[in-house]
Amino acid sequence: MSIMVNYCRLKRFLFFNKRIRLLPILFLFTVISACHSTHEKIVPRLGIPASQELIQQWNTDVFSNGEGLPAGQGTAIAGETIYQKYCLSCHGLDGTGDSADELAGAEHSLTDNPPDKIMGQYWPYATTLFDFTRRAMPLNSPGILSNNELYAVTAYLLYLNGIIKQDSIMNAENLAAIKMSNRHGFIDVYHRDRK
Amino acid sequence: MTKHSDLKKVAGGGLLDRRTFVKKGLVFSVAVFNAESLNATTESSRSTWMEMPGESFSNYGQPSEHEREVIRWTMANSMAAGNGVSWTPLHKMEGTITPNGLHFERHHNGVPKIDPKKHQLLIHGAVNHPLVFDMEALLRYPMTSRLTFIECGGNSNAGWRDKPIQTVAGYFHGMASCSEWTGIPLSLLLNEAQLKGPAKWIIAEGADASMMNISLPLEKAMDDCLLAIYQNGERIRPENGYPLRLIVPGWEGVVNIKWLRRLHLTNRPSMTRNETAKYTELLPSGKARQFSFVMEAKSIITHPSYGQKLDGSGVYQISGLAWSGRGKIIKVEVSADGGDTWAEAELQEPVLSKCFTRFRMPWSWEGQAAILKSRAIDETGYIQPERQTLITERGKHGYFHYNAIVSWGVSEQGEMAHVYHG
Repeated sequence: MSIMVNYCRLKRFLFFNKRIRLLPILFLFTVISACHSTHEKIVPRLGIPASQELIQQWNTDVFSNGEGLPAGQGTAIAGETIYQKYCLSCHGLDGTGDSADELAGAEHSLTDNPPDKIMGQYWPYATTLFDFTRRAMPLNSPGILSNNELYAVTAYLLYLNGIIKQDSIMNAENLAAIKMSNRHGFIDVYHRDRK
Repeated sequence: MTKHSDLKKVAGGGLLDRRTFVKKGLVFSVAVFNAESLNATTESSRSTWMEMPGESFSNYGQPSEHEREVIRWTMANSMAAGNGVSWTPLHKMEGTITPNGLHFERHHNGVPKIDPKKHQLLIHGAVNHPLVFDMEALLRYPMTSRLTFIECGGNSNAGWRDKPIQTVAGYFHGMASCSEWTGIPLSLLLNEAQLKGPAKWIIAEGADASMMNISLPLEKAMDDCLLAIYQNGERIRPENGYPLRLIVPGWEGVVNIKWLRRLHLTNRPSMTRNETAKYTELLPSGKARQFSFVMEAKSIITHPSYGQKLDGSGVYQISGLAWSGRGKIIKVEVSADGGDTWAEAELQEPVLSKCFTRFRMPWSWEGQAAILKSRAIDETGYIQPERQTLITERGKHGYFHYNAIVSWGVSEQGEMAHVYHG
């Protein structure tokens, strides 16, 4: 607000003092612009600098190139035990689905009627499987699985879908390297429509 | 009183000029109308509730006990009570605002009990100043309000089925609600954190048990997104994101992250489960639409609709809702003859961008079988499609973003059914 007052004084000074009436209009324009943007930005600025520790602790985002995947590893062999303990009651034997989505065993292609939009056939990235499981599963105790257990159960589901071998080791590098069959099956309609 | 035969017809099937309401003192027939009870004689000039003092004050008002049926219908996973949906009972409501207790819900793993004193929002990634805010700080920021609808991307998905679902309008289309949301423009906090060059996307995350997250293009975040703290004047209800919700006007519900706790500025999307496996629409070609954020124009007649019954011939008020994620509704057309002829409905002011718009149309029903339809047109010129047009374009297996014209069949007895027609 003080800037606004100063601006008014300045305007009076520029326009009513004949000796300097021809002083640069450009300067005035600059002041007006400054007032305008100052007006928009009146915020209390109460954000506290976030520590790297907090960011590292909270940031669990995983990207399709493997960025964000933690250390650890597992195989489908170990994953089967974890699946039976935590996942089977909702997702059924061998991932064939029950009260929750089927996770394996596609019988129809994506162009069949009806299609099977299950992971092995529809999901474009294997990293998403790790990320979602770590975030949200199992529903009754999310966050309970260790990174090794997460890699193992991810490996088991990829194995059930015929994407990797039973003894393939899944870790950050190997998981990001998997090329899912539907990798190029999506059309980004948001950016398409903006063109 | 005006005779019905004198009324100006504007389209087939008995549709009347939308200005008829105002010009003429019409007497409307009303469904579930009992004329006899109005003529019952009473011993006193006072009704019973006028003969004694009324109830005292209440700390928080509740609907009349006679409105107990105006509730959200709910459906949850048999193994997980907090994984499911509830629907806004659109067929029992009027106007454009959804009361907070009736706003639809879609939770992936329940409603978290958040202590606002312990809730924080972290902004990090491609910013010069990663920042944390607590609710006390956020409450001091300049706020703005806007009326906007939120619609789940999966709303109306029964429309893809081969046979028309026979259920009430709210259960069919009620994953859509409209509130006044008040909060901080997201751009203010992003500016405070100072965006860096690579920032093109923003990943938003909720503080629920499923740590819901999605990726949003940054230009939308800077355009009209709000960090909402209030809903219809009161603090947001727990089931709608208390204490902080990201409001993304006009875009599918899933990106309106509830219980918002983290915003990550990035140069690319995360490819989360809810932007790949779900909330994408498989097309007949085998390819799928992704990042199909915008909820396209839709309308539905809520009165009369399935479950209601016309009580004899006479003049009825057709009333419904229209909305578009691209802007304002500029026109709603109604047909009473299955789409052979259409007439323009009256839009209730104010008509706001990305907001429920109520439309109304007088209709003279003379006991004939009829098919009622409505179609919305938004300010971009987009016209709500017939069902067959939508299916030709998208197939039947996209699941999300169903916005076709809804047809209600009226029998000669005045009973309403959901029909596929066109």
